[in-house]
Amino acid sequence: MAAHSEQEILAGLGEIVEEIVGTEPSEVTPEKSFVDDLDIDSLSMVEIAVAAQDKFGVEIPDDQLKDLKTVQDVINYIQK
Amino acid sequence: MFNAPSAPGGAVIRSFGEYQPARVVTNHDLAQRVDTDDEWIRSRVGIEERRVAGPDDSVESMAVAAGGKALAAGGLAPEDIDLVIVATCTSQDQIPNSAATVAARLGIPAPGAFDVNAACAGFCYALNLASDSVRAGSSRNVLVVGSEKLSDWVDWEDRATCVIFADGAGAAVVSADQDQGIGPVVWGSSGERADTIYLRENRYLYQEGQAVFRWTTTELYKVALQALERAGVDPTEITAFVPHQANLRIVESIARKLGAPQALVARDIVTAGNTSSASVPLAISRLIGRGELRSGSTVLTLGFGAGLVYAAQVIRIP
Repeated sequence: MAAHSEQEILAGLGEIVEEIVGTEPSEVTPEKSFVDDLDIDSLSMVEIAVAAQDKFGVEIPDDQLKDLKTVQDVINYIQK
Repeated sequence: MFNAPSAPGGAVIRSFGEYQPARVVTNHDLAQRVDTDDEWIRSRVGIEERRVAGPDDSVESMAVAAGGKALAAGGLAPEDIDLVIVATCTSQDQIPNSAATVAARLGIPAPGAFDVNAACAGFCYALNLASDSVRAGSSRNVLVVGSEKLSDWVDWEDRATCVIFADGAGAAVVSADQDQGIGPVVWGSSGERADTIYLRENRYLYQEGQAVFRWTTTELYKVALQALERAGVDPTEITAFVPHQANLRIVESIARKLGAPQALVARDIVTAGNTSSASVPLAISRLIGRGELRSGSTVLTLGFGAGLVYAAQVIRIP
């Protein structure tokens, strides 16, 4: 699968977060913490990982989730 | 040559019964013991209150109570039952089994009696064994019970698990009939993931929450849809979906993927907690009792749990 640009991934994560917890996509910016700023708990992080895998073709295993604290962390992981 | 068992007809569920301990434990009660609160528990697992066994409640006593109600509701006498299957994973004793004790206490004379451990999928496994037994001619009337006293295996200082698990029992009577009231089972296991739900220190229930959540919300709707397909029932034709009451978010996630917007989705966990193998028959029995499930309704069941194991089948409500 072709590499995705940072902007593409950010927009995609905005859509995913909106679908899972109903947050406005514009709120989903790189510096935001999922837990502290976007009110996303550990189970919703799994849903985000599953949706991101479907969208970007990059698997995010459970043991990685605890290290992905901010939106930027997920962008970096998907681009890696 | 010798005679082999045979039966001309099918198997139906004749009746349900249930038992819950009297003691109600609310989220506020738990917040007095561990660092948690009502809002956290509701948002993470969807439970408002659960029942916890008293000193006189055991796996066997709860199974007797639920089984007795199912027998009475089915209009059968104890001597009509020729097989008793108890699904449980929380009995205090490995030896003897629970089923023979339960049968004796119900006054059922000398039935076949065995336990099934398929964790939270236990009732769905046992129901299929009962159906197969009746359809093959090995039995005429089978008492199937899911009974669990999870409170014996919970670390009441661990806020991740003590808010989830609860106690209770549900039972059904499966009888020979000209009709078919229990669809083909779709069952299976994923033993390579056995380490995601287990007894920590051989004493306390523990689960890898994220791994279990991912498995249940990405794999199990396919099992449920296969059970519908094998029964020849379209998702839009079911009256209700009754999955194991593991966590309300898991229940709702699976339900959304079925393409059955008309179906009533069992949310018994809200007031009953997660009662493992008891949760499916307990939820169905309570729905029937409240008049929310009518006789003749088509219901999709789905059990899943430690093993990992799963089973789904379509049933007709008696």
